[in-house]
Amino acid sequence: MADRRFSVRHLPGVSGIALITFVVLYTPVLILVIYAFNAGPVIGRWEGFSLRWFTAALENAAFRNAARNSLIVASVAGLVATLCATLAALATTRGRRFRGEGGIYLVLNQPLLVPEIVLAVALMILLAQIKQATGYHGLGWLIIAHSTFCIPFAYMPIRARLEGMDLTLETAAMDLYASRFYTFRRVTLPLMAPGVLAGFMLAFVISLDNVVVSTFVKSPGQETLPTYLMGELRRNLSSEIYAISALLLFASVAVVAASWLITRRKP
Amino acid sequence: MAETSTPETRVWRDELRRRWALASPAMIVITLFSILPLMVMVVYSFLAPGLYGNVIWEFSLRGWAGVFTERDLFDDTLGIAWAHVTILGRSVALALATTALTLVFGLPTAWFIATRHPSTRAFWLFLITIPFWTNLLVRTIAIQEVIRADGTINRILLSMGVIDAPFAMMFTNGAVLLGMSYVFLPLMVLPVYAAIEKFDFRLAEAAYDLHASRLYCLRRVILPLMKPGIVAGSILVFIPALGAYVTPRLMGGGRAMMWGNLIDLQFGQGRNWPLGAALSVVLTLVVAGALVWYVRATAAKGGRDG
Repeated sequence: MADRRFSVRHLPGVSGIALITFVVLYTPVLILVIYAFNAGPVIGRWEGFSLRWFTAALENAAFRNAARNSLIVASVAGLVATLCATLAALATTRGRRFRGEGGIYLVLNQPLLVPEIVLAVALMILLAQIKQATGYHGLGWLIIAHSTFCIPFAYMPIRARLEGMDLTLETAAMDLYASRFYTFRRVTLPLMAPGVLAGFMLAFVISLDNVVVSTFVKSPGQETLPTYLMGELRRNLSSEIYAISALLLFASVAVVAASWLITRRKP
Repeated sequence: MAETSTPETRVWRDELRRRWALASPAMIVITLFSILPLMVMVVYSFLAPGLYGNVIWEFSLRGWAGVFTERDLFDDTLGIAWAHVTILGRSVALALATTALTLVFGLPTAWFIATRHPSTRAFWLFLITIPFWTNLLVRTIAIQEVIRADGTINRILLSMGVIDAPFAMMFTNGAVLLGMSYVFLPLMVLPVYAAIEKFDFRLAEAAYDLHASRLYCLRRVILPLMKPGIVAGSILVFIPALGAYVTPRLMGGGRAMMWGNLIDLQFGQGRNWPLGAALSVVLTLVVAGALVWYVRATAAKGGRDG
């Protein structure tokens, strides 16, 4: 009789359920990606490998316009959110705790504490008035809205990075008569850089993926990739939609994998 | 009142001023474009609806009354808005069911990852993190592909001859439940994993050495130590599920609407912004209530497990 060693880490049935979970999690996404590469027009009838739906999407002016908007909004909003979050993270981690720090923390995380649909609707109400008053209907509103809810996402990795760095190096630099700015530029900034980069990448992905806030804030005729996809879905399910979905998927996975590799390096 | 101004307090005051200045850009952006809009929305919930959307600037409680009541079109009597009761009830029920379903699959998955050998653990963790950060809309499209009328399951069943006509699964409560569980599962696994990872397995060994049965050990040692993770995961799943918009819209359509879609409706075809604003305020309050419960539940432990 095989003698199986008893282990407290082993619970019966756990591995089975876990493996089912992983299969269920990945199979639908795999099916979607596979049919994005289908040569035929009918989803579900495989006619060979082809990139035709990707080329069709790239030649589609509406898609290109939405993709351009998405990239502009995600880049600018990502930068703005990262800048705001970096300054705030410096304020809340470098030095002693101070009265009001809890309040700052609460305000920074406030966009996460409210359901997304509520934030979206509230922004639409306010921006509808401002749009009418100013007559400006450009991408700026989407950028402002995205910057706002991206701040807490950018803040998390930057704060985590700064908390992992103790103050001794900065104190040493100051003791050696480095100016405050010189210390920041030569000591703090290089050490916190991976956190800042990770913060930017997460903010970028969160902005790129956003559907709800964009749907309510965008001006008529304006589309981002997810709102374009949402609109197309309402019309007709096509292989081209799967190709666009696959592109979005690849973009997110690439950015997340990169940020994961960066943050895994120890401070 | 004379203030003692030693060099030390002056330095500290300077530092404080600088740190508040550093925090201010983020604070200003969030105050102007998240907190202010929410306050404007509360005001809107007390105004009268405009004929073609927007509002008329006069005080009115019609928005709030509309959350649970409606006026009869013909005899103008006030009755209960059963459609709203159904939708809000469905939202709470589906959010709870999603939490339960993600627990059933999430707990074993988290346990599985946490008990892998350290060299492969990062890989399994990465597999859960990827869906967490990938597009929710794309993942909803993916799960929709599996159960839609011409989707994977129906194609397989039809080709095997099990069924003659596609089996209708879309646009039901079950479809919304499946979709939400699918997209929110990583939110359950990650905090539970964090709790198990910190677990000292010698405690379980001690329990077994003292002749505890497997079930007894699970119930009295392992589950209590996993509780902070379970509570955090449940709140992380319940809150976005309650206010979900994209997944119920694609998987439930008009037949299995949820709270978020009802809000959307008031700002679109419904043309009743005050009602939409009131529904939003109620949703925010329910979520705030859940968060307060969460803070209480974790604070009661006195941070001992942390």
